[in-house]
Amino acid sequence: MANYSTNEFKGGLKVMLDGDPCSIVENELVKPGKGQAFSRVKLRNLITGRVWERTFKSGESLEGADVMDLEMEYLYTDGDMWYFMKTDGSFEQYAVEKKALGDTAKWLKEQVAYTVTLWNDNAISVTPPNFIELEVVETDPGLKGDTAQGGSKPATLSSGAVVRVPLFINQGEVLKVDTRSGEYVSRA
Amino acid sequence: MATDWRPTASIDMLRERARLLAQVRAFFAERNVLEVETPVLGHGGSTDVHLASLSLAATTPAGRERLWLQTSPEFHMKRLLAAGSGPIFQLARSFRDGEVGSRHNIEFTMLEWYRPGFSLDQLIEETAALIQAVLGRAPGALRRRRYRELFREALGFDPFGIELDALRRAAGERGGLDMEDAPRDECLDLLMGLVIEPGLGREGLDVVVDYPASQAALARRHRDPEDGQWVASRFEVYAQGLELANGYDELTDAEEQRKRFAEDNAARRRLGLPEVGVDERLLTALEHGMPAGSGVALGVDRLIQLALDRASVAEVMAFATPSC
Repeated sequence: MANYSTNEFKGGLKVMLDGDPCSIVENELVKPGKGQAFSRVKLRNLITGRVWERTFKSGESLEGADVMDLEMEYLYTDGDMWYFMKTDGSFEQYAVEKKALGDTAKWLKEQVAYTVTLWNDNAISVTPPNFIELEVVETDPGLKGDTAQGGSKPATLSSGAVVRVPLFINQGEVLKVDTRSGEYVSRA
Repeated sequence: MATDWRPTASIDMLRERARLLAQVRAFFAERNVLEVETPVLGHGGSTDVHLASLSLAATTPAGRERLWLQTSPEFHMKRLLAAGSGPIFQLARSFRDGEVGSRHNIEFTMLEWYRPGFSLDQLIEETAALIQAVLGRAPGALRRRRYRELFREALGFDPFGIELDALRRAAGERGGLDMEDAPRDECLDLLMGLVIEPGLGREGLDVVVDYPASQAALARRHRDPEDGQWVASRFEVYAQGLELANGYDELTDAEEQRKRFAEDNAARRRLGLPEVGVDERLLTALEHGMPAGSGVALGVDRLIQLALDRASVAEVMAFATPSC
C-alpha cells in the first residue's frame, strides 16, 4: 500500500496505526506562532471502533490500509459465523465473526443489504442501512384512541432489537426504525 | 447536482466581512497610518524554516525568472519604510503552502502594519485597540505573559534552563510521539502548541512576550532582566486559544539580517528543505537605513472568524482553498 503524509490526511482516509486499520476522522494543523507544524489527528480504529487522538510531526507518514466497504446481503447464521453475499452478481460469500458484527447483530434481517468493511479481504465490521423495516414480535397490547398523544412502550423486533414505540403499535406490525439512533420512525 | 461550486462563506458572512474590513481601514485612517499595496510576487521569499513558500516561473524583461509568492508583505513594506514612508498598513494576500485547517488556509489575508519610533509596548496597546475595534466589544483584560512563565506554570520547568533530554521526554510524553532526536525548538513548539496555546486568551487577550532567542525571526533580541539570558523582542496575541498577531521590535541591522537568512538556508539544507532566494533588495534597503520601530502581522480571517463566532476560517472566506 502507498504511504500517506500528514498533509494528505483527510476525513475517511484509511491508514495503519499500531498494526490496526484506522479511518481518519479529523486532522487539525497545530502551528504555534512561527514554529514547527504538527498535525493533531483523530482516527477511528476500525477493529475496536475506538477513536484515538495522536500527534504527528508535519511530513510524517503512515502506511495506507487495504480497507474496502462493500455492499452485501445478509444470508444466515450457523451460530458461529454470520454469512453475507456480495450484491454485485458474483455470489461471493463472506463469513463474519461475532466480534466484527458487533451491535449490528440486533439489526439483522435476511435479504437486506449491509455495508461490510473488509481489511485484507477479512470482514472487520458490518454497518446496517440507516433505516430498516422490522416486525414487532412482542409488545404490550395496543391502546385504542388518540394516536397523537405521547407515551411509549418497549417493543421487541424480529431481529432482537428492543425499541421504544408509541402506545398504539401492535404485535405483528412492521415498523420503520432508524438504526443509528435505535428509534422508531413510523409504521412501514 | 454537485454543490462544490458554492462559496464556503454565506453571503451574509461576506457582508459582515466587508463591514469589518471597512472598520480596519477607518481605524488606521483616524491614526494617519497610510494604506499601501505591495506585490504578492517577489524576487526573494521568506527563508523561515517553518514556512513553505510557493513560487512560480514568470516571463519578465529579465527573461524567465522564479518569483516567490509572499508569505507576508514584510519585505516590501520594510523597503517602503527605508524609503521614508512613515507609518504604513496593508491588507495583503499572503500564501503559505500546506497550511490548511480550521484556522489555516494556504491563501489568506494578512493585516500588517509598521510604526517607526514605536516601542513594542506601544504597538501591543495599539494591536489590542485594533482587535477591540473589529470585535466591536472589549475583549477583556490585556495580560502580558512571559514565555518562560507560561512554561513554568503549565509544565513546571524553565524552558530555557531545562536539559535537552528532559525537554524531549516532556514533549514526547505530552504529544505521544517520539521526540528523542528532536531539536530544542521543536520540543518547545510542540508543548506550546499542544499544552499552552489552547488555554491562552480564555479570559481576555493574552500577549506572550520574551520568546526564546532562537525564535527571534526578524526581531531584535534583548536580555531578560531575570537572569541576563537573551530573549527575542517579539510578541504574540492570543484570544480564545487563537493566535491572532505576531509583532516584532524590528531588526534594522543589515548584517545581522543577512546572517539570519544564511542560518535559515543552512537549516533548510540540513533538513532537506528547498532553499529560498534571499531578498537582496531588502538587505540593501536595511544598509541604506530603516527607521527603528515595531511592526505586527495579524491574521484577518481569524479575527473575523472570532468576531462573527464561526468555527473555521473557511466560513468567513468566499472560497477556502479546498473549494477554490
